[in-house]
Amino acid sequence: MTDTLTPVLTDNWDAERSWTLASYVGRGGYRALDKALAMAPDAVIDTVKESNLRGRGGAGFPTGMKWSFIPQDNPNPKYLVVNADESEPGTCKDIPLMMASPHTLIEGVIISSYAIRAHTAFIYVRGEVLHVIRRLQNAVREAYEAGHLGTDIHGSGYDLDLVVHAGAGAYICGEETALLDSLEGRRGQPRLRPPFPAVAGLYASPTVINNAESIASVPSIIDNGAAWFASMGTEKSQGFGIFSLSGHVQRPGQYEAPLGITLRELIDLAGGIREGHQLKFWTPGGSSTPLFTAEQLDVPLDFESVGAAGSMLGTRALQIFDDTTCVVRAVLRWTEFYKHESCGKCTPCREGTWWLAQTLARLEAGQGNEADLDLLLDQCDNILGRAFCALGDGATSPITSSIKYFRDEYVAHLEQDGCPFDPSASTVFTREGATA
Amino acid sequence: MTVAYEAELREIAGRYPQPRSGLLPMLHLVQSHEGMVTTAGVEACAEILGISAAEVSGVATFYTMYKRRPVGDFHVGVCTNTLCAVMGGDEIFSCLKEHLEVGNDETAPRRDGDKATVSLEHIECNAACDYAPVMMVNWEFMDNQTPESARELVDDLRAGKEVRSTRGPRIVTWQEAERVLAGFPDGLADEGPGAGPASLVGLGIAREKGWSAPASEASGATGTVEDKVAAVEQADTSRAESETKAEEDR
Repeated sequence: MTDTLTPVLTDNWDAERSWTLASYVGRGGYRALDKALAMAPDAVIDTVKESNLRGRGGAGFPTGMKWSFIPQDNPNPKYLVVNADESEPGTCKDIPLMMASPHTLIEGVIISSYAIRAHTAFIYVRGEVLHVIRRLQNAVREAYEAGHLGTDIHGSGYDLDLVVHAGAGAYICGEETALLDSLEGRRGQPRLRPPFPAVAGLYASPTVINNAESIASVPSIIDNGAAWFASMGTEKSQGFGIFSLSGHVQRPGQYEAPLGITLRELIDLAGGIREGHQLKFWTPGGSSTPLFTAEQLDVPLDFESVGAAGSMLGTRALQIFDDTTCVVRAVLRWTEFYKHESCGKCTPCREGTWWLAQTLARLEAGQGNEADLDLLLDQCDNILGRAFCALGDGATSPITSSIKYFRDEYVAHLEQDGCPFDPSASTVFTREGATA
Repeated sequence: MTVAYEAELREIAGRYPQPRSGLLPMLHLVQSHEGMVTTAGVEACAEILGISAAEVSGVATFYTMYKRRPVGDFHVGVCTNTLCAVMGGDEIFSCLKEHLEVGNDETAPRRDGDKATVSLEHIECNAACDYAPVMMVNWEFMDNQTPESARELVDDLRAGKEVRSTRGPRIVTWQEAERVLAGFPDGLADEGPGAGPASLVGLGIAREKGWSAPASEASGATGTVEDKVAAVEQADTSRAESETKAEEDR
């Protein structure tokens, strides 16, 4: 029986100067790199395949399979690009990982690049996290000086260069093809697929793009074995992941557990919902995943179960809201976010998110009428599946799910000519006042 | 434009297999040198990369971190995405607007005696939700804020007092920060903690309860026998250590 929490990626976060090479190596860091370099690249891919590691950036695509799509007979250089543009509302796992242990990611980058036979790799990190970027830059320098990067790594004959690339503030660049355009020095707008990045990605060359947590999981798989990784989690969602609890719980924070843990278990670990209040709604994997309520407290948080319950595991960004929170206000704010972050490339998203925000703002102010709810659903219907990328789809998730569970609350705004909630009651300052 | 500045722009372009990939960090460097994205900076990037100034402007106007007007020495962001807004970000933002007498994305005027200027912007989710409500100063984390702490923060910044990030070093100026984003380290990586308290909550519980990931597999396709034995021993040891520590703590 696996333990409730299984710190692997987070295990060294409390170590003295955890971000330094000395600390990382002192705990067995870069041992997995030696093992990988002693293997054939295809054997590394096979190990990751056998582990059943699935993408930790939200979509859950099998990582090893993604690597095996790289056409090795393509004469162009191969590239590995790490998506560290963590921006999905509620998601806060990659940033603390890179701050506390950048070498975990870097070791993963080297092993993964070796597997796909890339000689240049990039970490695309959002620009708004200065100290994380400092830590990455420093760790890359340390890795070069120690011979983990550069030419003839560990005497293996394998060469790799790694560039830390800071973005400049655009949620859309978390979409993998928009990220590639951005990394090529352009506006971050998604590309039509096919061709998929595995065939024509960065500079129209074969490219693997993986989330930072996915790549950071690779050294532990190589070090401990595929079966070790697959022994955790559920039948089709194996391994561990970082679950990020935020909002109205007693102890928000990062909880690393096997996939399949439930929110009820996590809230228990977090000391419960804040005192005197009850869970109202939550996101299983960021704002782009349909809302859940207390009804789904026992849904195993794995890809299949969350999907079957009508949402998505996403990035395991568990944003918890209690009964003081107005769901209409919450959804309007997310909608304004999507409107602001829409890249403008396709009409359903560019125009649609604008109309969604207008309609919702009117409802939140208690104006309009009940038919506006159907109008909203119709607008969502014209965006979902019709937008160029997943940003448009994501924009509809909070709206359709909140109307499904909280239609009465929308109607209450109309009946009372405005929001029936006191916004100050939901703040953390209220909590401090209440418990002082 | 100085020779050194232009050389740095070229150096950034040279880090990439194709020079245009350097454009985003080059624009960060322009902001570092000039305090915003200027016409001269746009033209310099265009010249170095062999593309038109319109193409560079098209990129510069797409990303919110690039400013076409000067910002303060300290650019203060308040997260007002849903989670932080609900937890108090909205109240903090309106409090700061009133306190600084500015609107969104504006710089507060320098008063007599001020050592530095402050600009204010509401920002989107900055990946620190377990520290809500979150503020950023020059893209450094200021976790768990209140209206009172926010007012004090901007007052200290304007007065020229040293302000430290809750998870990072003393806060450098916006132009100095932009230089790091352009890929020129400032030597401050070792300052601040490895992780803030919320980042360690789950790990702390696991330590207390003696929970850990399973030991390495006893058999498998990877590694030598010695490696496996050593790895298992190490895993068992760390488990035992944490259990012992949990006992001691009790």
